[in-house]
Amino acid sequence: MFSRSKQSDLAGAIEANINAAAIEGRSPWRDARERFFRNKAAVVSLVILTIIAVACIFGPMVLPYSYEDTDWNAMSLPPGMEGAHYFGTDELGRDLLVRCLIGGRISLMVGLLATIASVTIGIVWGATAGFMGGKVDTIMMRIVDMMYAVPYLLIAILMVTLLGREFYLVVLTITVFSWMDMARVVRGQTLSIKSKEFVEAAHAIGVSTPNIIFRHIVPNLLGIVVIYTTVTVPGVILTESVLSFLGLGVQEPMTSWGVLIEDGTGVMETTPWILLFPAAMLSITLYCANYIGDGLRDALDPKDR
Amino acid sequence: MWSYAFRRVLMTIPTLLLVITVCYLMLHATPGGPFDSERKISAAVMANLQAKYHLDLPLWQQYLYYLKSLLQGDLGASFRYADWSVNDLVANALPISALIGGTALLLSVVIGIVLGTIAALRQNSLIDYFVMLIGNLGSAFPSFVIGPVLILVFAIWLAWLPAGGWNDYQVHYMVLPIALLTFINVSTIGRVMRGSLIEVMNSNFIRTAKAKGLPMRTIVMRHALKPALMPVISVVGPIAISTITGAVVTESVFSLPGLGKLIINGASNRDYTLVLGLVVLVTVVAVLINLLVDLCYALLDPKIRY
Repeated sequence: MFSRSKQSDLAGAIEANINAAAIEGRSPWRDARERFFRNKAAVVSLVILTIIAVACIFGPMVLPYSYEDTDWNAMSLPPGMEGAHYFGTDELGRDLLVRCLIGGRISLMVGLLATIASVTIGIVWGATAGFMGGKVDTIMMRIVDMMYAVPYLLIAILMVTLLGREFYLVVLTITVFSWMDMARVVRGQTLSIKSKEFVEAAHAIGVSTPNIIFRHIVPNLLGIVVIYTTVTVPGVILTESVLSFLGLGVQEPMTSWGVLIEDGTGVMETTPWILLFPAAMLSITLYCANYIGDGLRDALDPKDR
Repeated sequence: MWSYAFRRVLMTIPTLLLVITVCYLMLHATPGGPFDSERKISAAVMANLQAKYHLDLPLWQQYLYYLKSLLQGDLGASFRYADWSVNDLVANALPISALIGGTALLLSVVIGIVLGTIAALRQNSLIDYFVMLIGNLGSAFPSFVIGPVLILVFAIWLAWLPAGGWNDYQVHYMVLPIALLTFINVSTIGRVMRGSLIEVMNSNFIRTAKAKGLPMRTIVMRHALKPALMPVISVVGPIAISTITGAVVTESVFSLPGLGKLIINGASNRDYTLVLGLVVLVTVVAVLINLLVDLCYALLDPKIRY
């Protein structure tokens, strides 16, 4: 009697399960999301990166110091609880924590904007080249080859020298040399999607070429675009910090991680924390971005399933 | 092969022209001429100066003159360093950069291949972990973070080596810069070599070689290494270029008077002709390196053609 009811319970549970499974289909995106959240390194990286981003956005509003106020009574303080200078102060008595966070704002902001811009250019360029094929494709991809052959950092230096160091010009300079990877990948993917039946069907019912590219091909590129976007982010942040490390990024008293690292390098003999904190924040950000990229690739790449 | 080589050589011309043209036009689009200064220059002197540098001609003729002097190997005069031509400045700085960059490149190819090979053959050994650790560090820590840390450890705490500077080609001033560039490159080459050799060692023809009883040494040396080296050769081009551009950061970290330092000084002094000349020079070198790598690649792998 007892065991019988248990059995029927089990049967009921199985039936409920089957029904639930039948009702609830799983989209490939949900599949990917679940795979991503199973990857511990990627999730931890995502959490850390979120904390850094949130701290950079809200930290300077909460903390009692401003990034540009100098305090002659608190120069080169070591990190500690004293006077709420948790990261210490720099040689002008500016609070290092606030400066790191403000610098992070600039670095992350440049990273975000330049990534959006270069991803957009890359998608349009790659999708157009891949879809048009023939001579157009050859010429467009030769241009990409040329861009690869160029020592971009030096031309970026020339551009910043000539154009100036406004925030948006730095973004522009970085964008010019960051879109080619995306263009190549998107072109390759477009070539394979182009020969699929649904594109042929779209042609057959007379959909215009731009519509086919943007309505039918681009949405199918999303997976690979997401993966390569996460590869672009650390690269772009790195380029920005190289430029500002060389003294060619945003100007004082505004700051970014590269500028802070450069400042810290000059005084590392006596006050190493001025170098170590921004260096750590930049490195942690790059490290996390790399891991998130790996996690997304594992989650979205159909070849690895 | 020859037709590929010919086409590949032709490809370099539009690349160079594109870079030179874009840079030249950007230079001209910026306001301010080379002879704008506080001091008044008399109209006659100004006219002479303009005539000497062809500034009185239309832009396209100036451009052609510039190309002509480039072909003759003349990069023009410096805006800021009076009495110095860009050629003189380059002649002083180039040997330093070439020596450090070239040594680092050579060392990193050798060390990277050796470490990558050992790591692939003894997976999960200490050397394997070491290669993966370097690969990881190299991807997350940029050279301008590793460089200062090297200085902190070896120059300040241990006091074994000078923290930077240059003293007439004395070896101990070169050690840290070369070590930094080598470390960054080994992190890439080692990883690529490891990955490609593991893949080759798992392939069928290596299994056949094992099955017919060849000793391990012969399998690796005679059969596995050659195909495994192909991907390494294809990254040597980008690595050589990143070594050249990385010199900008390295030379600024260790304050070496090389090309990188020159371009940074030029940029912060707004010495346009100097920066333009250096960009053109480095682009030519980079394009030639790419050409060389591609030709080597085509020579070694008959499948590569386009």
